Amino acid sequence: MPHYMLAAHSSEGDARESMTADDQKAAWQRISAVEADLKSAGAWVFSARLHDAGTATVVRVANGEVLMTDGPFAESKDHLAGFYLIEAPDLDAALAWAAKVTEAVGHPIEVRPFAGVAWEPGAVG
Amino acid sequence: MPSAEDGGGAESEQPALVDATEVGRLFREEFGRSVATLIRVFGDIDIAEDAVQDAFTVALDRWPRDGLPPNPGGWITTTARNRAIDRLRRAKRERELLGDAMTAVTGSPELVPPEDAGPVDDDRLRLMFTCCHPALAPDAQIALTLRLLGGLSTDEVARAFLVPEATMAKRLTRAKHKIKAARIPYRIPEEHELPLRLPPVLAAVYLIYNAGLDGRGESGLCGEAIRLARLLVALMPDEAEIIGLLALLLLIEARRATRTAPDGLPVVLAEQDRSRWDRATIAEGLTLVGACLRRDRPGPYQVQAAIQAVHSAAATFEATDWSQIVALYDQLLAIAPTPVVALNRAIAVGEVEGPAAAIGLVETLEPELDGYYAFHAARADLLWRLNRSGEAAAAFERAAELAPTRAEREFLQRGGRGRYAL
Repeated sequence: MPHYMLAAHSSEGDARESMTADDQKAAWQRISAVEADLKSAGAWVFSARLHDAGTATVVRVANGEVLMTDGPFAESKDHLAGFYLIEAPDLDAALAWAAKVTEAVGHPIEVRPFAGVAWEPGAVG
Repeated sequence: MPSAEDGGGAESEQPALVDATEVGRLFREEFGRSVATLIRVFGDIDIAEDAVQDAFTVALDRWPRDGLPPNPGGWITTTARNRAIDRLRRAKRERELLGDAMTAVTGSPELVPPEDAGPVDDDRLRLMFTCCHPALAPDAQIALTLRLLGGLSTDEVARAFLVPEATMAKRLTRAKHKIKAARIPYRIPEEHELPLRLPPVLAAVYLIYNAGLDGRGESGLCGEAIRLARLLVALMPDEAEIIGLLALLLLIEARRATRTAPDGLPVVLAEQDRSRWDRATIAEGLTLVGACLRRDRPGPYQVQAAIQAVHSAAATFEATDWSQIVALYDQLLAIAPTPVVALNRAIAVGEVEGPAAAIGLVETLEPELDGYYAFHAARADLLWRLNRSGEAAAAFERAAELAPTRAEREFLQRGGRGRYAL
C-alpha cells in the first residue's frame, strides 16, 4: 500500500500562540478524533509534532569542514510543524484524510507520496 | 478468427484503400479510446501511449497497402496491446539477462486480461477524470486531455498553446510522473464527489474551445472541444451542466465563421452577418438549452448557453431581447459572481437602459478589471456613445495595449468601433 506524508505547515505569528486554553483543548480534541479515525481505518502509521523552527540547527560540509548554523534550512515564514505518515490506496484517499486533518489542525496540509519507506537500515525500497 | 494484425484481410470484400493522411485522421479519432483502454489494462500511461504509437507505425505501413481493416478502432487497440506485451516481454528478458531479480514494474504480461474487461467508453471517462484531477495544475490538465484523449501530438499541443515543444513535453512528462508517483486513481468519481471533480473537466473542455477561438487559426481545437463535450454528454447523460457546456459551445461555434473578417480582424456581435450563422448547429444548441430548462438544475454553463441562445434567436442586434439577457446575467452573477460576468451584465444593461446607465456599472469594476482589455474596450464604447470621444480614444488605446492577440490589438487601435458584447 502506498505511503503518504501529510505535512502541516505553520506560519510565523500564527494565531496559535494567542489561543486560549479552551481553544487549545478543543483543537486537541478534534485532532485526537481524526487520529482515532486514521487508526481505526488502518491508515495511521505514525504522527510527529515538531518544536518551532527557531529550535532547528543546520549542519553542512563546506570545504571539508563541518559547519553549523542556527535556524531552519529554508528562509521562509512557513515551516514544517508536524506530519503524519499514512497508508492509503491512492491519492484520492490520501487527499480525503488531508481534508479532515486540515479542518482539525487549522493549517494547510501538504500531501506528498513517499518514493520509499524503510523500517530497517538499508536501501529505501 | 484471423489475428487482428492481419488487418482482417481474410474478408472476402475488397477492403477500402487509404492514404497516410487518412490513417492519421483515423488514429486521431480512435486514439483516446485505445489509450484509455490500454491504460486500464497495463496501469501505465506511457506504456499505453507508446503502444498506440507502435500500432500507428504498423498501420501506416499496412493500411495503404492492404486496405482498411473492418474495425479500425478494434484493430488499433488489439495491435497496440500486442505490441505492448511484446515490449514488456522484451524488457523482462533484458532484465533477466542482466540478472536483475526485480519483478516487472507493471506486473507480468501474462496477467493481462485477454479481452476488454469493461465498457470501453467508461475508460475514456476514467481518463478524462484522471487528466483533469484537481491535484494537477489547470494547464497540465488541458495538455493531458488534448494529448491523451484528443490524440494530438506533443508538438501540436505545444503549437496550440504557443509554447515551445520542449516546454510542453516537460509539462506532460511532469504531469504523468505525478499521476504515477502520487497514484492519482484511474476511476470515475462517485456521485458525491462530482461537485468537486466535474468542474475541472468542464473547464478544461471550455478552455480548449477558447484556445481554438483565440485566433489560433486552424488548430482544430474548437472541433476537438466539441467532440469531447459530446463524448461527456454521451457518457454522463444525467449531468445538466455537461449538456449546458455542449449547448454553449455549439451556439458559439455556429457563429464562429462570422467573428473574423477576411483581413483577420475581429467582428463584434453587432456587425456579424447573421445570414451566415450556422442554423443547424444553432437548432441543436437551442434544443439542448430547452432540455436544460426542463431539468431545472441551473449551473453556470447552462445559463451562459441560455444567454447565447437569446443572441442566436435574435434577427438583428437591435432586436435582441436584452432584458432577458440582463435577467440571465443576474442569475449567472448569483451562481458565479465574477467581475467578468458583472462586466457582461453591465454591457447588456447598456443596451436596455442606454450608455449613461451602464458607464457607472462598468467603472465600479475598474479595481478588479483594470488589467483586462475587454473592460477598457467596453468602457471605450460606452464613452464613445456618450460623445466623450477624448476619453473613449484613451480607453481604446489602453484596451489595445492589453489585447491578447495582434488582430484584437489592430482592431482596437483602429478605434475599434462596435459594441463589445460577446
